[in-house]
Amino acid sequence: MTTRAINLRIGAFLVIVLSAVALLSLVWTPYDHTMLSVTEKFRPTSAAHWLGTDQLGRDVLSLLMAASVNSLAVAFIAVGVGGAIGTALGLTASACGGWVETAIMRLADLGFAFPALLFAIMLAAAFGPSLSNAILAIAFINVPIFARVARGAANQIWTRDYVLAGRAAGASQFSLTVEHVLPNISAALIVQATIEFAVAILAEAALSYLGLGAQPPMPSWGRMLNEAQTLMYLAPQLAIYPGLCIIAAVLGFGLLGDGLRDVSDPRLARGRA
Amino acid sequence: MSVLLDIRGVTRRYPRPRKRLFQEEAPLVAVDNVSVQIAQGRTLGIVGESGSGKSTLARMVMAFEAPDAGEVLFEGKNIHALTRRELQALRPEFQMIFQDPFGSLDPRRSVGWSVAQPLRAAGRTADPALIARTLEQVGLRAADVDRFPHQFSGGQRQRIAIARAIVTRPKLLVADEAVSALDVSVRAQILNLLMDLQEEMGLGILFISHDLAVVSSLCDDLLVLRNGVVVEQGSAAGILNAPGHEYTHTLLTAARLELQGEGAA
Repeated sequence: MTTRAINLRIGAFLVIVLSAVALLSLVWTPYDHTMLSVTEKFRPTSAAHWLGTDQLGRDVLSLLMAASVNSLAVAFIAVGVGGAIGTALGLTASACGGWVETAIMRLADLGFAFPALLFAIMLAAAFGPSLSNAILAIAFINVPIFARVARGAANQIWTRDYVLAGRAAGASQFSLTVEHVLPNISAALIVQATIEFAVAILAEAALSYLGLGAQPPMPSWGRMLNEAQTLMYLAPQLAIYPGLCIIAAVLGFGLLGDGLRDVSDPRLARGRA
Repeated sequence: MSVLLDIRGVTRRYPRPRKRLFQEEAPLVAVDNVSVQIAQGRTLGIVGESGSGKSTLARMVMAFEAPDAGEVLFEGKNIHALTRRELQALRPEFQMIFQDPFGSLDPRRSVGWSVAQPLRAAGRTADPALIARTLEQVGLRAADVDRFPHQFSGGQRQRIAIARAIVTRPKLLVADEAVSALDVSVRAQILNLLMDLQEEMGLGILFISHDLAVVSSLCDDLLVLRNGVVVEQGSAAGILNAPGHEYTHTLLTAARLELQGEGAA
């Protein structure tokens, strides 16, 4: 088995497990993750609490499971919204060319120059910290990324003879974009989306860690890390578990994205006759 | 016989990047003051080596780009002066076949989809019976509509491309090196197909090639281009029998050598 097949498999495995756990947590968790219990504080691993309990007596496994939904949902919405807007902008730039293309891409450069964290802090300062503002900030950083990827890939497709044949047939720029360009760059976009998914999960964790994302009582791996850091010597496992979850999620989507990229590389996918 | 395509003094220049700060580089003249006509049902061959401006001329005839000087009249209408809508309405009348049969069909689209594209773009209904008939006309099977380009050989793909080009019953067909990428035996089949279609539909054909041997079998008239300039122009038979320019002579000799080589192989 080649390295890239291994990457793809490990990535796919992690992503599938994570998604399954997240789906499961929607209908079942061992305990209610909001249930506090003064008597059950800092319990170690046991048959009743597989991963023990935290400083408020909540079941850690339940918390982690519930937080996984939060993580995936944030990444899904943020990458979806940012990716859709970015792709539309990139396709527009590529189809129009000229000053429209220049204007859109310079705006994208401007977006790149703006750190997501800074933007999130700005939003928090203006509208108060909330998960929706965190989503907005993560979506915002995805717009220029997808604009660039879409435009670069689309520019390649525009030079193909079949697009020219479409023009000769009389198809408009819009229908050429929808019928030829978008389907033929979809592989590149899916790969990028998978990789950005990993980045978004990390960003959500970072923002929640800073208190700019999920607000209590909404569970979040980032906030669990934050709450655990003062207890590092007392109960290091409270920081380790969410940390491992973040690593697994980021690694999973990262490897899956890399693997998909390798597989979708047209030079490897099909040799020309 | 009525004039279908009238190319009048067409010039196309491409700017070249500067090499010195204060001295502008002279533009590359890809096509220099070329005038030629195609009558209905006739074939004009444009020959010349790579970089002689053949394809640029084809791109201007197809209105993919506009000339810097001169005009291209299709049935008396200057196609570069039309509005986008008018041009779109006229496009079914002149269609194009490309060199690379692997690149000119979208790999993600079925044969039927690709062949029907000009009909859809013109706002006509893509009648399945018409698509089937067109496929049969170019020597494919009606059942091929649901198959995808990668399931066909180069020659078959070129037939698909031809089907797409003739589905709107155009008056002019621009073939840019349409057989250059094909095997010799397949090449002859495609050339025969083009000649049959011309007879059937009264097509005017603008046939671009670097290969005089191919051109001689198909064309009524000939235009020899070199570095964008017309070297020789006239009836194909006249030029091929008695080339008036050394360049044409060189091209002819090269074509004969190639023929001999193919005969020996």
